[in-house]
Amino acid sequence: MNQALQFPALQALYPEILLVVGAMALLMLGVFRGDRSTGAVNGFAVLLLVAAGILVCLQDGTASAFHGSFVSDPFARFLKVVALIGSAVTIVLATEFLSAPHRQRYEFAILIMLATAGMMVLISATDLIALYLGLELMSLSLYVIAALDRDSLRSTEAGLKYFVLGALSSGMLLYGSSLVYGFTGTVEFAGIAKAAQNGGLGLTFGLVFLFAGLCFKVSAVPFHMWTPDVYEGAPTPVTAFFASAPKVAAMSVFVRASMTAFPGIAEQWQQIIVFVSIASMVLGGFAGIGQTNIKRLMAYSSIGNMGYALIGLAAGSPDGVQSVLIYVSLYVAMTLGMFACIIAMRRADGPVEKIADLAGLARTKPAMAFFLAMLLFSLAGVPPLAGFFGKFYVFLAAMKAGLYTLAILGVLASVVAAYYYLAIVKIMYFDEPATPFEPMRGELKTVLAVSGLFVLLFFVYPAPLVEAAAAAAKSLF
Amino acid sequence: MNDIVKDYFPLVVFIAVAVVIALPLMIAPFVIAYKKPDPEKLSAYECGFNAFDDARMKFDVRFYLVAILFIIFDLEVSFLFPWAVAFGDVGVFGFWSMMVFLAVLTIGFIYEWKKGALEWD
Repeated sequence: MNQALQFPALQALYPEILLVVGAMALLMLGVFRGDRSTGAVNGFAVLLLVAAGILVCLQDGTASAFHGSFVSDPFARFLKVVALIGSAVTIVLATEFLSAPHRQRYEFAILIMLATAGMMVLISATDLIALYLGLELMSLSLYVIAALDRDSLRSTEAGLKYFVLGALSSGMLLYGSSLVYGFTGTVEFAGIAKAAQNGGLGLTFGLVFLFAGLCFKVSAVPFHMWTPDVYEGAPTPVTAFFASAPKVAAMSVFVRASMTAFPGIAEQWQQIIVFVSIASMVLGGFAGIGQTNIKRLMAYSSIGNMGYALIGLAAGSPDGVQSVLIYVSLYVAMTLGMFACIIAMRRADGPVEKIADLAGLARTKPAMAFFLAMLLFSLAGVPPLAGFFGKFYVFLAAMKAGLYTLAILGVLASVVAAYYYLAIVKIMYFDEPATPFEPMRGELKTVLAVSGLFVLLFFVYPAPLVEAAAAAAKSLF
Repeated sequence: MNDIVKDYFPLVVFIAVAVVIALPLMIAPFVIAYKKPDPEKLSAYECGFNAFDDARMKFDVRFYLVAILFIIFDLEVSFLFPWAVAFGDVGVFGFWSMMVFLAVLTIGFIYEWKKGALEWD
């Protein structure tokens, strides 16, 4: 019998299979019990995401499936755990949003699970076809989630914009993939690396298109235009999701593709990454200044943060990959805490999202103001908070690789961005109090406290994360 | 050069045959058709559209839903045909792959049915 038709070994895929089968089972539960089951579906979804995370942690070594197009190595496992944490916390954050009578949609948790399964495939992909499949499973779920609040004009607009621009970027990615395949004769990363040692104009062309598609997914400048509108229009828990887990997955595939498929033409893609990184940091820094809506501000903040993460990739070394991994995990921790605060910005007459609404928060809600201030200081990169270490490792890797200009520009851009983070702290602590917010719900308090304490106390014991990231980075080289 | 012409000769024959069959069939109705005008023939179709109207009209959004659902099951069938043709060669793995695919599709079908997507009102 043909070897391709043997029953494949699926051990490497158990977490993904669990998620997908679980999502379908929950879909059946939801559709038969109706929207009343939203709470139960959310609970089971979080449990399944945690169970998938445990299964990921139980794997060890390097296992591959489907003739090497899917691999479970320390790099993939590290990022899968980060992505799963991001997804599970998002569902927790969305509890309140989904509890309103007209918004009971059990599909939210199921779509998040399917998107997460897509991310896990994306993180583990070692050929262009698996990459595309994972990317589409993730993106298609995200388009629908963006338009979840379908009676709201802005939410549907966000969904439509995301869909149209996402389809465009998928097209570019496919075009790039087909060029790469045409010039190397294979879709496997290892095979591409072997065939691409000498480079060539056509291959570089394909590489550029491939990177353009990936830049769109991590919302790096110049493919960032969709980010502010989608972040502002989508319901806030959805924005929290967009800003966390999918970024991790997209960044991971960016790193894996660059490092394992194109090591021979590193000089070519390094230029692209350096440009994209500088542009993202600068735009993220300057464009955030004029924002009055905090969700839009977070969009520019996320553009800037992806720029910093890309510095590590530009370094192209094991240190660089390690710094990217540290950076994205800290970024996810900070983002989830920030969004716990943004979701808690709710008055009696509904949620508010203007930065000015935070005025005098330190007097009306001192604990929330304190943790929010810590998160903002961390995002600004003030030592000894976690965000400082993220930036520190990234810049260190860039210096070691001799990218001094990039590192210096990064530091300068982070000073610009610090302005708008600190402006929020100023509004919270020194402005006259606005009408106080409604009391914060328990789950939001928990997420904010865990994220805030993690950011505050990371410097006490950073070794586990740093070592895990180092081990993960080593598996790519 | 001569070879190329020879290669394409069957194509010329096909086009000629097509013209010979199609042209008389197009002209014949004008000559021999039984004509009986009736206002009912100009009235709206059963689906609600006028028989002669601007093509750039607004459709009910429900048509799109039907179209999307149709595409899904249409594609399912287009996957099933090659699978069925190669059934002897794909083995146990091929069989169970298709069963998993059909199971996933069935779950989608149950979802759309229970959601009421198949009902017009």
